Amino acid sequence: MSQPPVTQTPDEIFAREEEPVDGLHKEEAPPRARGSVLGWMQANLFSSIPNTLVTIACAALLVITVPPLIQWAFVEAVWSAADPAQCRAAEGACWALIEQKHRFILFGLYPFDEHWRPLLAVALFVIAIAVSCFPGFWRPWLAVLWVCTLGICALLMWGGILGLTFVETERWGGLPLTLILAAVGIVCAFPISIVLALGRRSEMPAVRALSVGFIELIRGVPLISVLFMASVMVPLFLPEGVTVNKLLRALIGIVLFTAAYLAEAVRGGLQSIPRGQFEAADALGLSYWQKTVLIILPQALKIAIPPIVNQFISMFKDTSLVIIIGLFDLLTTAKTALTDPPWRPFYVESYLFAGLIYWAFSFFMSRYSLFLERRLEAGAKRA
Amino acid sequence: MSEGSKPETASAITLEHVHKWYGSFHVLNDISLTVRRGERVVICGPSGSGKSTLIRCVNGLERHEKGRLIVNATELTPDVRSVERVRRDVGMVFQSFNLFPHLTVLENLVLAPVWVKKMPKAEAQRIALEYLGRVHIPEQANKYPGQLSGGQQQRVAIARALCMQPQIMLFDEPTSALDPEMIKEVLDVMVELAEGGMTMIVVTHEMGFARTVANTMVFMDGGTIVEMAPPETFFTAPNSERTRKFLSQILAH
Ligand SMILES: Nc1ncnc2c1ncn2[C@@H]1O[C@H](COP(=O)(O)OP(=O)(O)O)[C@@H](O)[C@H]1O
Ligand SMILES: [Mg+2]
Repeated sequence: MSQPPVTQTPDEIFAREEEPVDGLHKEEAPPRARGSVLGWMQANLFSSIPNTLVTIACAALLVITVPPLIQWAFVEAVWSAADPAQCRAAEGACWALIEQKHRFILFGLYPFDEHWRPLLAVALFVIAIAVSCFPGFWRPWLAVLWVCTLGICALLMWGGILGLTFVETERWGGLPLTLILAAVGIVCAFPISIVLALGRRSEMPAVRALSVGFIELIRGVPLISVLFMASVMVPLFLPEGVTVNKLLRALIGIVLFTAAYLAEAVRGGLQSIPRGQFEAADALGLSYWQKTVLIILPQALKIAIPPIVNQFISMFKDTSLVIIIGLFDLLTTAKTALTDPPWRPFYVESYLFAGLIYWAFSFFMSRYSLFLERRLEAGAKRA
Repeated sequence: MSEGSKPETASAITLEHVHKWYGSFHVLNDISLTVRRGERVVICGPSGSGKSTLIRCVNGLERHEKGRLIVNATELTPDVRSVERVRRDVGMVFQSFNLFPHLTVLENLVLAPVWVKKMPKAEAQRIALEYLGRVHIPEQANKYPGQLSGGQQQRVAIARALCMQPQIMLFDEPTSALDPEMIKEVLDVMVELAEGGMTMIVVTHEMGFARTVANTMVFMDGGTIVEMAPPETFFTAPNSERTRKFLSQILAH
């Protein structure tokens, strides 16, 4: 941010250091006219010849693409139809597919009459997230709220007591499954990643070697093979008769994979903490864990928020790879909904629907991380 | 060994033939130095002469590799407990302040007393506010370090070390990172601390301060102690040519 040069006497400079007093020093107004649309356009869209060319090109692209898209998605779309023939007759999007199949896409093979249970579970989960977003609520009771929410969600999904019929995890699918994979993945992988990142910087050679070995091993393998190994190879090592639930195997694979990547994001944060912070903590006599938890991690994690959230978002979408071990996550149900022959031509609509849901969650995470960064930034400056 | 039962030895810090190497670089070469209780030692010397390394060895931030180092009747050994023991009695102030930027001034001050000494929070806060008064900035308790001037930050750093109620204070060029107009406010606090009888080792090139406060002046060069004398002799009749040259250089400024 460059400001127009203002000459100041030493007195004024000193006064600014102490407490800025309004009106004490008169600053020149910036030369650009404010508040005028034309002024803004001139400054931002047409400030130079290359800028003007880019502006025109973008405008042309919008003019070419947007009207047909609106035409297809809204104007000529079929919103409701029991018979796919109506869709085939129309030019526009066939949202009737969503109308007909949304329950399968959202909840997969979960017993049809029990769909209210995953719906309620997802709603409770989203509410808990919404509540957790407010820094004012970061109190011990929030942990209690989460334990209760997750307990109720598990109860709703599984059933088997309180008159709810038992639904095995093999039948779970769609959005709840995707959210379970992502949420459990994040919640379990995050602490593991912190331990791995600390281990990688440890002074104990054995701890360091283990952490580096684990991180590099996992990072060298695609998630799809980690999932495949978790699904096919793990049972080979287990004694006869012992089976590990398919969902659990997928979760273990996702957690290990995400932890390895997150660990590198956290390590980046740790590395940016100046040596003086460690030394000051040491000189005060803090133990390793006191120093790490009270001084280093709060600063390192704040710095690492962007890459950490980036990792969260990418793993949220990567959960769709569980299709290779036969789990029906949201993307798989969107695809499976099309196996009904008359609806088969309308795959774009089905994928758009699933894509919109993925986008909504990912966009939310991205925006929230921005909010958090700004808020923590402000926190360190406020008096 | 409990707090009170420590044998009352006359010397607070004893270094006997201390050596340290960085790889093949001999950074501390046969250092012997005794600091009595209540004594103020000022160390000066050209950059890279090993001054920081020396005082960082005293609280175990760096480990010496040969010789003996005894602080407050505890010998620093490879055993980490000896380091923990020593750090309870020794406070340190750094050139770059090293306040914790994510904590307020008051939180910076109470952190170690609460977590290391297990002091009740209310008592730690009372002591913290008292020391903030002693360094003349009681009104800054709830600000973050980033909102303070360099001189204020360094005074907070001094208060933070004092909150652990150390018997020995180490200062590593405490005013070198400060703008000239802020140096005095920090030195004033250090003078007051010296008048209160604190045992201090101060690495500094502020010779005016050294003259007022030091009992013993030490000149280091190339990892060795070249000259050690009371300030009167040190400034007026140094033995070594190197000391004389160094003094004329920094006093010329
Ligand atoms: N961690 C380190 N590794 C290698 N060399 C170091 C390290 N720390 C300091 N040194 C070297 O040791 C010498 C003494 O450093 P220092 O004690 O900081 O000197 P001073 O404080 O007198 O300027 C310098 O030449 C410096 O480059
Ligand atoms: Mg130094």
